[in-house]
Amino acid sequence: MALLSVRDLRVEFATSGGVVTAVDGASFEVGAGETVALLGESGSGKSVTAQAVMGIVPKPAGRVCGGSITYDDRDLLAPGVAKGLRGREIAMVFQDPLSSLNPVFRVGAQIGEMFRRHRGASRREARAAALDLMKRVGIPAASKRLDDYPHQFSGGMRQRVMIAMALALSPRLLIADEPTTALDVTVQAQIMDLLARLQAEEGMSLVLITHDLGVVAGVADRVILMYAGRVVETGPLREVYEHSGHPYTSGLMASIPELEGPRERLVPIQGSPPDLLALPSGCSFRPRCRYADEQCAEVEPVLRQLPDRPSTHQAACHHPEGVLTDVH
Amino acid sequence: MSTESPLLSVRDLQTSFPMRSAVLRRIVGQIQAVAGVSFDIPAGGTLGLVGESGSGKSTVARTIIGLEKAQSGSIVFDGDELTSLPKASMRRVRRQLQMIFQDPYASLNPRATVEQIIAEAWQIHPDVVPRNRHRAEVRDLLERVGLNPDHAERYPHQFSGGQRQRIGIARALALRPKLVICDEAVSALDVSVQAQVLNLLDDLRRDLGLAYLFIAHDLSVVRHISDRVAVMYLGRIVETASQDELFTRPLHPYTQALLSAVPDPKPWDKPAREQIIIGGDVPSPADPPSGCGFRTRCWKAMDRCAHDVPELITRLDLHPAACHFAAELEGAVS
Repeated sequence: MALLSVRDLRVEFATSGGVVTAVDGASFEVGAGETVALLGESGSGKSVTAQAVMGIVPKPAGRVCGGSITYDDRDLLAPGVAKGLRGREIAMVFQDPLSSLNPVFRVGAQIGEMFRRHRGASRREARAAALDLMKRVGIPAASKRLDDYPHQFSGGMRQRVMIAMALALSPRLLIADEPTTALDVTVQAQIMDLLARLQAEEGMSLVLITHDLGVVAGVADRVILMYAGRVVETGPLREVYEHSGHPYTSGLMASIPELEGPRERLVPIQGSPPDLLALPSGCSFRPRCRYADEQCAEVEPVLRQLPDRPSTHQAACHHPEGVLTDVH
Repeated sequence: MSTESPLLSVRDLQTSFPMRSAVLRRIVGQIQAVAGVSFDIPAGGTLGLVGESGSGKSTVARTIIGLEKAQSGSIVFDGDELTSLPKASMRRVRRQLQMIFQDPYASLNPRATVEQIIAEAWQIHPDVVPRNRHRAEVRDLLERVGLNPDHAERYPHQFSGGQRQRIGIARALALRPKLVICDEAVSALDVSVQAQVLNLLDDLRRDLGLAYLFIAHDLSVVRHISDRVAVMYLGRIVETASQDELFTRPLHPYTQALLSAVPDPKPWDKPAREQIIIGGDVPSPADPPSGCGFRTRCWKAMDRCAHDVPELITRLDLHPAACHFAAELEGAVS
């Protein structure tokens, strides 16, 4: 039984140019204790999907207009349910920790507030619990830093504070939306290491949302690739990276410059990222795809198992045979 | 490179910013953003300058094109000493020296058409392209950077992020420069589009003989485009080498840690190597550690590192690294 189950999710946004479907029929599951990467570039709908799970789709512009989200047998789209679980059962870490922290409260008090509000802890108990958490997320000299303000922390340390707050109530699902995108590469390595370690210790489910295929490679069990609001490929990480069944996935892999071996000319994906206001008929990726034919213009491809690949590996493409035999 | 004089030669460059008090804005100290940097770029060559935030890599670029004033040191470009050049002559030099920025949208005038944006430089330098040739030249440039020449009348907001960066590149090429400084020029782009722009920069170098100073934090991108690479940390170059040398035999502990931290999309393809995760953050340039700037995060640091600033010196015919222990590191790799 999956802990989180998303079925045919549709989220629309009203923009000045018209209504866009940011998430268009996305379905996926996250098992208990599993680490899943939700991958995609700008406009893919990955962050909006997470907002829908958390019940924080920006209103009134955004609206969940179809599908279902089930968490541990509870309907997250029913009024009040997501709000009740937020923080306790499902927690989230964002890209920019500075805008998520209150600048005028001391960091220790902000972490402790979680225990005071949700657990009825006394001021002293909350402070002790906050200190404990700050140590667990690797903040040096934590007892001295309890009374510092957010601006006195570096970017990497602020992200640790956010992770400490997210873990305060021992959630069973942690969603991290581009948690390392704003950080330097050496600090990014620290934070990914920390998230992986905490996931193992807590046994929680972890959803990592990122545009960077490399960041999650050593961490995630499974990947879900989104393009223009739809899930285009899903499967075990190594299986998907090594035997990509969707031309978008194989295109992304070929676009990343290598850190070792001979330098070869990159093979980019042609064209521009999708304009959600003017999506083509059928497969959204078709204008950038070298396998596209008439069928792709007429019929929207659905996720299905790839020929001679494990059943857990699925792609939404009419021509996976060509993609699979294409060696980059 | 040894016989011909380089196109750009930077020596002992120092740039500092005043540190001001909170209320009265009195100058209370200096932030040494660039603390003695030297490098050469030959005509047609590409130097990659990598570093994390606070390394001073962007300040190096801004000082070269005159957006910041050098405190000391020399910048010789194509025979001219830029640090002491009169304003009028600087205009002539800037023709040959162009820059591409990270955020193409912020650097393009939203009320001007693409044609106006590209042709603007020719108002200042009328001798480059005669007036009656402007339209044709804009079309040529758009075609060269992979944009539809028929879109010359469009405005920046009508283009995607990758296309806007191509407009920025076309504008930089308008004056037929010899050196283009790319400051995080592909960092904001989606990876699929980033690869397109990297290929374009490759083509332009080959076709036009351009030299690049390519500044980026992404090491795999820098490896892809550079002939030589310099690694900066807290205002200093800590290691410099050919692209091939630096990525196969990094000598400075910081370079080793940086390389180890680069996310690898296929970790299982490589022989198992020990991952180096260094603790802490880059110290503030306003309050750098004594001695070696990296010692607070370095696993090799000893007492000596707190007192002596390591010089960037070449040992055993290998590439220069500014570390007291580089010699034994060399022993380990050779």
